[in-house]
Amino acid sequence: MNEWLDPLLLSRWQFGLTTVYHFLFVPLTIGLALTVAIFQSVWVRTDKARYLQLTHFFGKIFLINFAMGVVTGIVQEFQFGMNWSTYSRFVGDVFGAPLAFEGIVAFFLEATFIGLWIFGWDKLPRGLHLATIWLTAVGSIASAYFILAANAFMQNPIAFRINETRGRAELTDIGELLTNPIALASFPHTIFASFMVSAGLIISVAAWHLYRKQHADTMRPALKFGMWMMVISGALTTFFGDSLSLAMTAAQPMKMAAAEAMYKTATGADASFSIFTLGTPDGVSELFSVRIPYLLSFLSTHTLDGTVEGINNLQAQYVGLYGPGDYTPTIWITYWAFRWMIGLGIAHILVAVVGLWLTRGGRTPTATWVWKVAIWSFPFSLASMSVGWIFTEMGRQPWLVFGLLKTESGVSPNVSGLEILISLIAFTLIYGVLAVVEFRLILRAVQQGPEDAPVPDPLTGETPQRVTIY
Amino acid sequence: MELNILWFWIIAAMFIGYFVLDGFDFGVGMSLPFLGRDDTDRRVLINTIGPVWDLNETWVIVAGASLFAAFPEWYATMFSGFYLALLLILLALIVRGVSFEYRHQRPESEWKKWFDGMIVVGSAVPALLWGVAFANVVQGVRLDAAHNYIGSFFDLLNPYALLGGVTTLLLFFTHGIVFVSLKTEGDIRERARKLAVRSGLITIVVAASFLLWTVLAFGSLFTAVFAALAAVALIGSFLMNLRGSEGWAFTLMAVTIGLAVLTLFASLFPDVMPASNDPANSLTIANASSTPYTLQVMSWTALIAAPVIFLYQGWTYWVLRKRVSRGTIEAATH
Repeated sequence: MNEWLDPLLLSRWQFGLTTVYHFLFVPLTIGLALTVAIFQSVWVRTDKARYLQLTHFFGKIFLINFAMGVVTGIVQEFQFGMNWSTYSRFVGDVFGAPLAFEGIVAFFLEATFIGLWIFGWDKLPRGLHLATIWLTAVGSIASAYFILAANAFMQNPIAFRINETRGRAELTDIGELLTNPIALASFPHTIFASFMVSAGLIISVAAWHLYRKQHADTMRPALKFGMWMMVISGALTTFFGDSLSLAMTAAQPMKMAAAEAMYKTATGADASFSIFTLGTPDGVSELFSVRIPYLLSFLSTHTLDGTVEGINNLQAQYVGLYGPGDYTPTIWITYWAFRWMIGLGIAHILVAVVGLWLTRGGRTPTATWVWKVAIWSFPFSLASMSVGWIFTEMGRQPWLVFGLLKTESGVSPNVSGLEILISLIAFTLIYGVLAVVEFRLILRAVQQGPEDAPVPDPLTGETPQRVTIY
Repeated sequence: MELNILWFWIIAAMFIGYFVLDGFDFGVGMSLPFLGRDDTDRRVLINTIGPVWDLNETWVIVAGASLFAAFPEWYATMFSGFYLALLLILLALIVRGVSFEYRHQRPESEWKKWFDGMIVVGSAVPALLWGVAFANVVQGVRLDAAHNYIGSFFDLLNPYALLGGVTTLLLFFTHGIVFVSLKTEGDIRERARKLAVRSGLITIVVAASFLLWTVLAFGSLFTAVFAALAAVALIGSFLMNLRGSEGWAFTLMAVTIGLAVLTLFASLFPDVMPASNDPANSLTIANASSTPYTLQVMSWTALIAAPVIFLYQGWTYWVLRKRVSRGTIEAATH
């Protein structure tokens, strides 16, 4: 019984569940805000009705998803204080500021202009109305920056000093905090990966309609757009992913070693990257693996003869630095999450590249499997994003703030296991129900396809304005 | 003035912003069973706040994050201490927000009925519990030497705090009804005005008792002035509503809520979370706040951002100034 009511374990499950869940909606919000802004801009510039149809069509999907992002986001902010009060007391002076900036600078912008965009079609001139969706997109992207800057402090704490009397970390330089090398690399990596997720959605949706030979006038340009968006943002995600692994190796060598399940320090060709391994789940012993020599050395140091430190060495170092304890993340999670993130990501870029080739010069592929692959783009791109975040957070364990505060020391001392069990069950139930409702609504919106373009009034020649009501 | 004192009042201002703005959202949400005779009525009500509820709710996210940044100890003590109360608020805000956005996605009345119910519950629960939470903060709770709350959930449900909860519930309800009369046309506007008279009377009695209790038990001269002004504004709002001046009635409701929150913060000052068991364990502005450097950074950000935020949020309300009527809904649906 007591084992089940361990506040630490339950708080970790709750944080993991609510964060992974929240992060299903965030990438799509970021990516689709930009997508809709682009479609609407093209419509304003060219006056071609099909871009207005695309704006409304993807706008509807965007809004169904946006609501979930908003309501699950508040939980995230409250949870630091509710479940991790010791952590909050310890880091608030440093960690609170980027969180407050996120609200003051980004969320206000996003939340205000999204309302104007939804209801402003008949109330604002075209250009100004277009600006509202761009400001929404800017707000969503800015929020990602501040939250990743806050998270970067947990991965690579800088710009602070420890106040022994108060027992807390105190901010020394806001500029340094906001330009944490981890934040500078993870921000573009995450943003472009978000664009990949929304590109995945566009490809899936467009392919679904085109496969059924419907809405070709809108879905064909959408498919092209989605595939280009996937290729370009995929390349940039890879590029900044590489910068991130360099920064990560420097700041958290254990995370890189855990990503590779590499126990012994290796140099050059031996610092190889295993694409696939059969062995014990924790990677201690290996039966069979497919390896690319030098690749891990290159990823970690950008040289072929670099040395990558192994888990055993780092564990021994950390015991020397921080005292006895286990400083190794859960290897099977980091190892497989890292592979699935990269594997699914690359698979998507390839799908888009092949798709662009098959549809070149107005061609339409006839093979069924081509369309089936395209239709499944979205769930897999979302999964890639999700495991990437799981990797970065699980790879930080056992630390809450790397080298400063362990996860086990950050939990609220006065919240009982029973209370957390209640909240965990409540969140699980409500999130589960909402997932079904949201998924069905999106599926329905997708299958309905774009609405017909508004027809000008035969008498006045004026196109009726869209009026939104709830 | 020291920066942490300034930030105490900025936090107060942020919660005023939250309660004034999301307060009428809560009121509109709770009014569905009272003013919404059919689906069109209910849509009229929901559409008065449809474009702005998200922006209004964002004020609590900003207030919460600023509390975290400026007073980490206060944030940590309050949020971990009021764990189950905040859980209920979170769940309510989740169902409320989703309902506004999903209700209109399908035409079936079964579907809409579900979301109507969730809007009412999702609005009433936070309207009640925010009052309970803040009244407990003012009254003081049991804290250990490390400032951790050591009471239980049921300790929070004491007479003073429950009266505080009923006060915010009624204030927000009346505020929302007055907002409806300001933002709608026709029959529903008239019914809202009449309902505001009835709920206004009850609100005056309950809010005055709560404010009086606050001043007598925890207040100073300073608090008494705020409380008295709040009472005057509330009565003024009631009279303006009787006269049919909806704009003034609404403005004075907003002033009432602002002054009531100020009364609570003034009673707290210079504590932020007094310990009822041992004053030595109290959290104060001095021992709960961040470093002067962090507060300085925050101050600059707030100073630069505030005028911009006021400007674009004010402009948003101006763009959306048109009243909503049954005609608006009917014209848009066919």
